[in-house]
Amino acid sequence: MAESTSVQKRRGGFRIRLEPRLDEPAVWYPAAVSISAIIFALILGGIVIELAGGDAWKSYVHIASASFGDIGVLSDTIVKATPIILTSLACSVAFRMKLWNIGAEGQFIMGAWGASAIVLWPVLAPETSRWIFIPMMILVGMAAGAAWGFIPGYLKAKFNVNEIISTLMLNYIAVSWVNFWVFAVWSESGFQMSHKFADNAALPRLLDYAQTFPVFRGLTTHMGLVFGIISAIILWLVVYRSRWGYEIRLIGDNPNAARYAGISITRNTIYVMMLSGALAGIGGMSEVTGVVHRLQTSPIAAGYGFTGIIVAWLAKLNPLAIIFVSVLFGALLLAGREIQPSGVPKMIQGIILVSLIASDFLLRYRIRIVRTGVEE
Amino acid sequence: MDFITILQAGVASGTVLLFAALGELLAERAGVLNLGVEGMMLIGAMSAFSVAIATGNPWLGVLVAMIFAGVISQIHAYIVITLQADQVVSGLALTFLGTGISLVLGEGLSKSGTVSLMPSFSIPLLSQVPILGPIFFRDQSVLVYIGYLLVPLTWYYINRTRPGLHLRAVGEYPSAADALGINVFRMRYLYVFVGGVLAGLGGATISLAISPGWFSELTTGGQGWIAVGLVIFAQWDPFRAAVGSYAFGALRRLILDIQGPTSLLGLRNPFYYNPYWGFFLQMLPYAFTVIVLVIGSREAIRKRLGAPAALGTPYVRGERGL
Repeated sequence: MAESTSVQKRRGGFRIRLEPRLDEPAVWYPAAVSISAIIFALILGGIVIELAGGDAWKSYVHIASASFGDIGVLSDTIVKATPIILTSLACSVAFRMKLWNIGAEGQFIMGAWGASAIVLWPVLAPETSRWIFIPMMILVGMAAGAAWGFIPGYLKAKFNVNEIISTLMLNYIAVSWVNFWVFAVWSESGFQMSHKFADNAALPRLLDYAQTFPVFRGLTTHMGLVFGIISAIILWLVVYRSRWGYEIRLIGDNPNAARYAGISITRNTIYVMMLSGALAGIGGMSEVTGVVHRLQTSPIAAGYGFTGIIVAWLAKLNPLAIIFVSVLFGALLLAGREIQPSGVPKMIQGIILVSLIASDFLLRYRIRIVRTGVEE
Repeated sequence: MDFITILQAGVASGTVLLFAALGELLAERAGVLNLGVEGMMLIGAMSAFSVAIATGNPWLGVLVAMIFAGVISQIHAYIVITLQADQVVSGLALTFLGTGISLVLGEGLSKSGTVSLMPSFSIPLLSQVPILGPIFFRDQSVLVYIGYLLVPLTWYYINRTRPGLHLRAVGEYPSAADALGINVFRMRYLYVFVGGVLAGLGGATISLAISPGWFSELTTGGQGWIAVGLVIFAQWDPFRAAVGSYAFGALRRLILDIQGPTSLLGLRNPFYYNPYWGFFLQMLPYAFTVIVLVIGSREAIRKRLGAPAALGTPYVRGERGL
């Protein structure tokens, strides 16, 4: 792309001249472009909210105060951000290899199901220690997510089946699967949810330590955040500092070069999809054991997997940047629950993603406005 | 349970997939992958229903749906054709955007009153043909009949007309098409627009004919994605797209209807006595889409068929390559 010749457009007495960038832009430039894109998106979203009869300024002020206003809501924002961190880590590693895993949603749901099965099947007796419960639930949640990632990975590697469609279809299948268990097998007296998990099958929350640290009273931030941060650090090390990560990045940037170098694309496709699924699976496990405390479809299949796609893209697939971007989106989701019309958060996410993709253009091209007739 | 009735309803609900798949097929033939079908369909379904309620005229609703979805599709066109961004990500973004916009503008719509739907009628003589008559030509919506006409027309247009030849050239070998004086950029914009218009028509077909109403995201329930999958299965051929669409439509109907009767083919109907098996039935269209993709991809490898050669790659003038 970088070698392409310039595109020219005639505009009145001026000419907008686009030149491909040959040099690396300054460090601050990509971040500045992304932030401008988000501001542009918020303005655009505001216009649509006004058109739909809402009050844009009020909506945005509400989002800000309802998500960062005091330590209580900040904690709630972080709770919302936790599943997004894990799903967008899942997306980022697959996207890095240009594997379009749109199925983090389904893998997240399966992770939640797998973790719940430990309690509800029951695999472990209810009085088992928390320190056996939690690792077991992580393992099974990861395995369930990885299995859900394996299917599209295998189909892609063996039959060249388009992973976008297959992962998406598996999302719908995962929802039906969990619905079946919630309605038919683990239903609590006919309700569409399982019984509440015992305390030893729940992740520790800050409020559990309020006796020792009174500051923590009422704070629902749970251990899932720790899983998210640890996963992000490990993923960063894997992607940027390991041989395997180098292979993943090489396949993503130039599959032919990777093939010449003897890197197996087939094997990496399956492994990366499984890793991606496992990360999303931890997300599902953390949500069900840290927040919902029972298996129930609607709070689990709430679209975290899809938000993860946007966050991964916004963070330029960097695992550490994902943590911060996830907090912003957690705020959007948290505050968005009370905003009317209810589709607003989803629409703003869409507009942000569109603006971001469009703004990538500014990273690849330099725009020059020149007077016609003037020699350059 | 009457199989003729199920197939008849299946053809009707398959028409939704047919419109969306034909639109996507045309855009992909021009070299542009548009994964925004689901979003454009939602825009179409929402705007058709709300305009039909506001004006009482379903035809106007369908028209607005087609135009609105077509306009939305141009965002994707601009991003991938002019700005040369990644088509996969942009298409996904379009789905998010279309879903979001239709949720915001469609707020409160589901509680709205009844609406006059697109007219249904039988075709004289043809509806008397045994078996096929009642399935295809009795009491179908006018949109279903438009679907029948669109399939051969699209095939003829792509394969037997001069603009169709240009369309294929743009998707297979854009630099050669450019050298022949075909405006690759304008053609791609045009076919993305046509794709959007047809996706909007598909959405309007849901909300004003097949299952009238606006049920937010559940209105389409992933049919836009199934349509994208069908185009791959169809190997970019309109007739195969039609077969796939009607088969999926019939499957959707079968799933709805199979749980009704107490006995099935003279046996106790297990789906009636175990209503929770319905969740497994609901998985079927999605599972079949995956299976259909496996079949399509294997066949493509065997017959050395393939997607339009330039599918997914931006065209940059003067750049070496396709």
